[in-house]
Amino acid sequence: MATPLLEVDGLRKSFGGFTALNRVTLHVKAGERFGLIGPNGSGKTTLINCVSGALAADAGRILFDGRDITTLPAHRRTRLGIVRSFQIPKPFVSMTVLENLGIPLEYAGRGRGHAGGAAEATEILQAIGLEAKAHLRPAGLTQIEMRKLELARAMAARPKLLISDEAMAGLSSAEVDDILAILFRLNAQGITIIMIEHIMRAVMRFSERVVVLDAGERIAEGTPDEIVRNPAVEKAYLGE
Amino acid sequence: MARTVRAVLVGLAVVAAGIALAMLRVNPYLYFAGYVILQYVVIATAWNILGGYAGYVNFGTPAFFALGAYTAVFLIQSTRAPLPVLILAGGLVSALLGLGIGYLTLRLRGVFFSIATLALSIVLQTMIMNWDYVGGSRGMSVLRPSGPPFGSYVTFLFTVMVALAVVAVIVARFIERSWIGRGLAALRDNEEAAECMGVPTLKLKLFATTISGCLLGVAGAPFPYYVTFVEPNSAFNLDYAVNALAMPMIGGTTSWVGPVIGAVLLGAAQQLATVTISSEMNLFIVGVVLVAFVVLAPEGILGLVRRLRGR
Amino acid sequence: MFSWDLLANAVVAGLLLGGFYAAVSLGISLIFGLLDIANIAQPAFVILGAYAAYVMNSAFGLDPILTGLLFTPLFYALGVVVYRVYYTSFERRGEESLRGLVFFFGLLFIIEVSLSLKFGVDYRLVQTAYTSRSIDLGGVGIAFRYLVPCVVGVAMTLALYLFLGRTFYGRAIMAVSQDQSALRLMGANPVQIKTIAFGVGIAAASLSGALLISIAPVIPSTDRDYIGRMFAITVLGGMGSIGGTLVAAVILGVAESLMSTFSGPSWSLAVSFGILLLALAVRPAGLFGR
Repeated sequence: MATPLLEVDGLRKSFGGFTALNRVTLHVKAGERFGLIGPNGSGKTTLINCVSGALAADAGRILFDGRDITTLPAHRRTRLGIVRSFQIPKPFVSMTVLENLGIPLEYAGRGRGHAGGAAEATEILQAIGLEAKAHLRPAGLTQIEMRKLELARAMAARPKLLISDEAMAGLSSAEVDDILAILFRLNAQGITIIMIEHIMRAVMRFSERVVVLDAGERIAEGTPDEIVRNPAVEKAYLGE
Repeated sequence: MARTVRAVLVGLAVVAAGIALAMLRVNPYLYFAGYVILQYVVIATAWNILGGYAGYVNFGTPAFFALGAYTAVFLIQSTRAPLPVLILAGGLVSALLGLGIGYLTLRLRGVFFSIATLALSIVLQTMIMNWDYVGGSRGMSVLRPSGPPFGSYVTFLFTVMVALAVVAVIVARFIERSWIGRGLAALRDNEEAAECMGVPTLKLKLFATTISGCLLGVAGAPFPYYVTFVEPNSAFNLDYAVNALAMPMIGGTTSWVGPVIGAVLLGAAQQLATVTISSEMNLFIVGVVLVAFVVLAPEGILGLVRRLRGR
Repeated sequence: MFSWDLLANAVVAGLLLGGFYAAVSLGISLIFGLLDIANIAQPAFVILGAYAAYVMNSAFGLDPILTGLLFTPLFYALGVVVYRVYYTSFERRGEESLRGLVFFFGLLFIIEVSLSLKFGVDYRLVQTAYTSRSIDLGGVGIAFRYLVPCVVGVAMTLALYLFLGRTFYGRAIMAVSQDQSALRLMGANPVQIKTIAFGVGIAAASLSGALLISIAPVIPSTDRDYIGRMFAITVLGGMGSIGGTLVAAVILGVAESLMSTFSGPSWSLAVSFGILLLALAVRPAGLFGR
């Protein structure tokens, strides 16, 4: 078996007296569509924050492409290819949509002041359907357009591993399909994707493998069908 | 690149105009006032590199300015170094101060950096007041060197300040338009997102504090020769703290033009006002104007102009 | 030059100073520690309280602590107004960071300069029945003008602690500092709660300002001496911990007192700044922080 693209080994993270992650271990294979689910407060976002480098774990290791990145700062991890989108979109408000993409293109990608930036950014916007809004500020975008901008920005960072953190929350059914299609397309291009979602039909349709977290611990792993039938998972979501 | 070359040429033309002005020997008060206004151009521009571009508020401008001034005093006392050396040394020392404070606080939230700079001025002033070699609290007389290259020493300092102002503006403009400036804008807009998009936020922040500190020190280095009597209360004057904020805020913080507009407008207004109202009243008005702008017109004059143009 | 007597006196003076420093820092502990609003104008409000006490004392001979208590509702109202402006202009628009800081700095500035315009730069002090009295405890002299502010300071700390822990609004304030949305679900309005908290923080400045002028004469720029102290104490004690504020205040008081006794008073400001930087560098969560 080839080395997994991402390995999380015994990760622990506490906030004061509260343990958010308790020795979580999982791995994601290259090119995989991986789902991460769990009830609110189960530690999904904390895990993602630790993987992306926004938080420093208290214990455990994180390996990416065989390399130990546990102490690497977030921007270095991005340059290695770990890119995340944010649950609540965090656009660069003083810049246009195009300029928003310019930042990851310049900093996470190849070149400083790389002239090809605008062309590449436009391509990404076309692929995602935001081309018409290229010269608008984020303030002029709708909810779903903001989510798409988050994804477009992540794409501009040339990810090997894309972590989509609840990109579909609060969207309509058609909008969810829209985003899902984009993610499928990205995966087809070879990008490994971790999807964190509460919208079950999206996760189940998208994921090849799912890990379930509850109260900071990994309680189940398997294909979407296996997970759905797992009694521990049912208990976690519905309570005792 | 071509645009930068053009900017440098414009800058050189401005300096040449400054020298010509100095030769004109108009009312000497104009050179005194002009020096102060140009000094504020440097100060406001320097502050804005960190405050406007990166979004980190430095309340301790007097500390950096005075450190430049007192580095110069120290060198004048010990080695009689020429003015260019004083300027470089002042810039270097204040740059180090910026780097130091930045390194200690910039890994935390921005507000801690601001609080640290707020306390910094007071502490530094206390330390200088206890250092007799540079005059302590009594102050120190400084003799201007003989024979300036042209004109009187004041007109010479005036031209030096023209040159420094041009340099400061060119540096700011260059940063603003470069990949560094774009990265700073990203981290100002949303630091967490910027970091996740590959922007090395800590390094850029340290860069901005260092450059900002350096230019503030550069502004302060000629100060001893300008005032000829340096004492802590004037070097650490609160004027610098509030003006360094007010000028960019009033002019507009997102571009190099804003601090220049703010410095010229507010600086000139204050120069005109000093003859009619007390310096405290002057400070009071600046404070009120600052708060008014921050609350009502946060994008400054540049922002208002942009809105009028319909952008 | 060292002697046990000197040391004992320095430590006791430091402890007393600590009680007073706690009073001065309560407002910031509440506003910055709990509400996360960097109100750097707080020292100016404290100085305002000091001058209020001066005016009442010189005009009517009122004891400063009495003035401090009397003016507390006024300061509360002032706090409410200031917070409303801050909220409407910045917090609601999500632009707290840069502009909010500058706003408060502007306020600090305006208050200080206004006092300067009105009262000039002469030192102002108060005359009370106990200003020059002191008692002797086992060889250590304890001046009343230090003892009274310390006692009042500790009382204020206790009062705030009980307020936050035992009353409805107090607990609402603690709740809002942790999770605003939960509060909304409970039916309370977070903005209203924060307004009250801010008001209380400024109200505390009234009494602490009165204590300030009881200890030593003031000039308008005295507020600058307390910026470093207030934030050093809040950070060291742990953001949002009232008990931590008292502990940190005492630590700072003793450190300053020792420094002042053995190295000279001009270095006392460096102590608070040093503690602030150290706390930020080593343990930003403070001693008792969350």
